[in-house]
Amino acid sequence: MSILSVKNVNKSFGGLRALNEVNLEIEAGTVHAIIGPNGAGKSTLLNCFVGRLDPDTGTVDFDGKSLLGITPHEINQAGVSRVFQTPEIFGDLTLHENVMIPAFARRDGSFALNAWRRVKPRGPIGDKAIQMLEDVGLGEKANDVAGQLSRGDKRRLELAMCLIQDPKLLLLDEPTAGMARADTNNTIDLMKRIAERGVTMVVIEHDMHVVFSLADRISVLAQGTVIAEDEPEKIKGNPKVQDAYLGGAHL
Amino acid sequence: MKIFGLKRKDLLLFVVFSAVVLTSRYLFAPFGAGYPDLLQKFAIYGIFALGFNILFGLTGYLSFGHAAFLGVGSYTAVWTFKLLSMNPVPAIILATLAGGVFAAAIGFVSLRRSGIYFSILTLAFAQMCYNLAYSVLTPITNGETGLQLAQSDPRVLDVAFGRDYGAVLPPSDLFGIVMTGYSGFYFCAVVLIVCFYIVIRLFRSPIGLMLRAVKSNQNRLDYTGVNSRPYTLAAFVISGMFAGLAGGLLAVTDPLAGAERMQWTASGEVVLMTILGGSGTLLGPVIGAGAIKYFENIFSAFNEGILNSAFSFLPETLQHIVVSVSSLFVGEGWHLTLGALFMLIVIFLPGGLMEGFRRLRNLAVRLFGPGGGGSEPKPETT
Repeated sequence: MSILSVKNVNKSFGGLRALNEVNLEIEAGTVHAIIGPNGAGKSTLLNCFVGRLDPDTGTVDFDGKSLLGITPHEINQAGVSRVFQTPEIFGDLTLHENVMIPAFARRDGSFALNAWRRVKPRGPIGDKAIQMLEDVGLGEKANDVAGQLSRGDKRRLELAMCLIQDPKLLLLDEPTAGMARADTNNTIDLMKRIAERGVTMVVIEHDMHVVFSLADRISVLAQGTVIAEDEPEKIKGNPKVQDAYLGGAHL
Repeated sequence: MKIFGLKRKDLLLFVVFSAVVLTSRYLFAPFGAGYPDLLQKFAIYGIFALGFNILFGLTGYLSFGHAAFLGVGSYTAVWTFKLLSMNPVPAIILATLAGGVFAAAIGFVSLRRSGIYFSILTLAFAQMCYNLAYSVLTPITNGETGLQLAQSDPRVLDVAFGRDYGAVLPPSDLFGIVMTGYSGFYFCAVVLIVCFYIVIRLFRSPIGLMLRAVKSNQNRLDYTGVNSRPYTLAAFVISGMFAGLAGGLLAVTDPLAGAERMQWTASGEVVLMTILGGSGTLLGPVIGAGAIKYFENIFSAFNEGILNSAFSFLPETLQHIVVSVSSLFVGEGWHLTLGALFMLIVIFLPGGLMEGFRRLRNLAVRLFGPGGGGSEPKPETT
């Protein structure tokens, strides 16, 4: 069953055609990678899923509901969480608070006037947040200020913030960009564990090692068009894809 | 252990705070601040700054128009005195509500923008309110002269309960206790303590967490499924209600409301108070408000004669030089002292006086070991 269905999406910036008749079906419970050279329109496409950009034409349906014309927080409440290319976290707050906020958002909806209850670090939500931090390997830093983390840790924190919401669809924009090899491998293991829980993931990634260790299915985007979509093994052998990647020696 | 829904640390802070406020008459006397008019101002502007801090300290939205709500509160309170009763309770309740209603209207429009545009919008609205009060709405506000009580005021509730003030202008009184001098101060002090309690609860609640998240990264908050607009509006309305309450209390201790209370300088003052004390901290705004009102009253009262006697131990020529330089900073020139102090704080202690206290405590811990100074309440950042 397809959980995210993208049909005939076009998006132009001035004279530049960033997305050209993009069609995409994301199957529930799979890891779907979107690859492509720089400037192919990958991030633009992702931005169209979360309400940051509205496509000029076309439809984006999630779970049978259109995601177009609604705000980012409504899209999140519908079950879509996103990890950004540069980690977006609450830098002034502790890691524990960082993870509790999305949990409150899931429990209370987009707005609740909870002015008289206390945030309990040891309540159900506090405990769940600690558990989630331990899952991503940040348990010991729970009371540190998030802004001081290394880039890799920030990304793990952002992942924890998305996961505590039990999203139906998790969007990841280059989750291992700028990470050392060891960190990358940790992140791959973490994402494999997430995938085993049945979370549907869309991953934009440059690192082919990451893509081929994770993806169930790969779409290749070049100059705003999907030039190929298939299983990883078949994508490897596809001449069009190798062309798009300048000879494709690293495939 | 939990009492009043507070953690131990907060409870300790609250109890010490209440004790200091209630005994301030004796505690501040050695500094020349132990008289009721000044203590009333400490308490009232403390409430004003506490409320402002809910918006600015938590969400980072810098309003430059909070004096408008202070003024609205004062006018509402004076009208309540005129129409209903000289009892301060209905006056401050209505003043709080009026501040909230105005804040809801102004906040609804202003919060569509953030950063400097938000500040300018609030400033523009406050100046509009000021001009309305000063000229256009003269029938309601009595314009330049300011709104005053009159013997002929109806005071429906007072009349209904058979209270007759005779041929004098009555002061506000709480069931017979006249709201001037120390009784007026204690009334304000109790309200301040209640407000402080509300602020602690708010800071520790999920809403407080969301508001701090707004300040930290509003973009992330939107993508986390939180609609930040109603949260910021709630913060704006609550802080407007605190301002209205403070304005009402100003009218309770002195039943008079003038338009100058809404001027932009008054809005700027509460910004100074909050930053001076430490924005985003629980105690900071109250300390900042106290510090500014103290300087305003003490330094502006100094004159050359006092300075001459203070520096009389110096040789005469030196005394003349010192006095002529330092006299620039006192009396009318007390704003210079305030400006210099503010600059020093912002440059060396960006976290305000609270950061200064924290650094002193850390220093003390380093010098004397963790055992020393343990009885002092530890100020929390948030």
